[in-house]
Amino acid sequence: MPMDESVRKAILGAVPSLRAFAISLCGNVDRADDLVQETMLRALANIDSFQPGTNMSAWLFTILRNHFRSEYRKRRREVEDTDGHYADSLKSQPEQHGQVEFREFKEALTHLPSDQREALILVGASGFSYEEAANICGCAVGTIKSRVNRARTRLAELLAIDGIDDFGPDEQTRAVLAGGGE
Amino acid sequence: METPDTSTKKTGAKPGKLGRDVQARLGQQLRAMYDDVVNQGVPDRFADLLNRLEGNGNKDKH
Repeated sequence: MPMDESVRKAILGAVPSLRAFAISLCGNVDRADDLVQETMLRALANIDSFQPGTNMSAWLFTILRNHFRSEYRKRRREVEDTDGHYADSLKSQPEQHGQVEFREFKEALTHLPSDQREALILVGASGFSYEEAANICGCAVGTIKSRVNRARTRLAELLAIDGIDDFGPDEQTRAVLAGGGE
Repeated sequence: METPDTSTKKTGAKPGKLGRDVQARLGQQLRAMYDDVVNQGVPDRFADLLNRLEGNGNKDKH
């Protein structure tokens, strides 16, 4: 089945962001890639329902997000793998931001309720507007705003930061405090 | 005498209102994390998948 070249390009072009979103949702690279693949298959199967001229990326994010939500409900009892695979995917990355602080950040992110986490990622990292994020999540714009705010507040609490001074010099202390897992 | 609790939450933190510097820093971390994945590009499996779907010429697809 010949695929419209522009559709093909748009889908492939969205893959890197879809993966980043999927990983931040499920915390597991392998599962995230499966989510992305399933999203591509669903998108192609339903390409007729895509309205040309609208945002293909937002459409794909919506499909991925809905698929994740339904899968998540099915797998509720399965514990999310939050450190192992995710850490693996990033360990080859250069140490651009203090490794400890970065790891703590990712860890803190996994403690957010999933609706807050997805809102924060969509607005704060994927670059969607509040309106687009609201469409993707199927909720009101005000709901997205409040989720993003709560997510930020919660993150700051989890990371015990209330000012810029809390980043940086005292990393070691916080690493000790946060190091209960190992 | 209170025993210190194990919470890492600071008592001085005002709930619900974050300074710009904190927000900026959180945003920076968030994007760094996200961009680490984005910068990995498109893994082969996804390009292969599209090629396979096209190559199959699956006209009977429902």
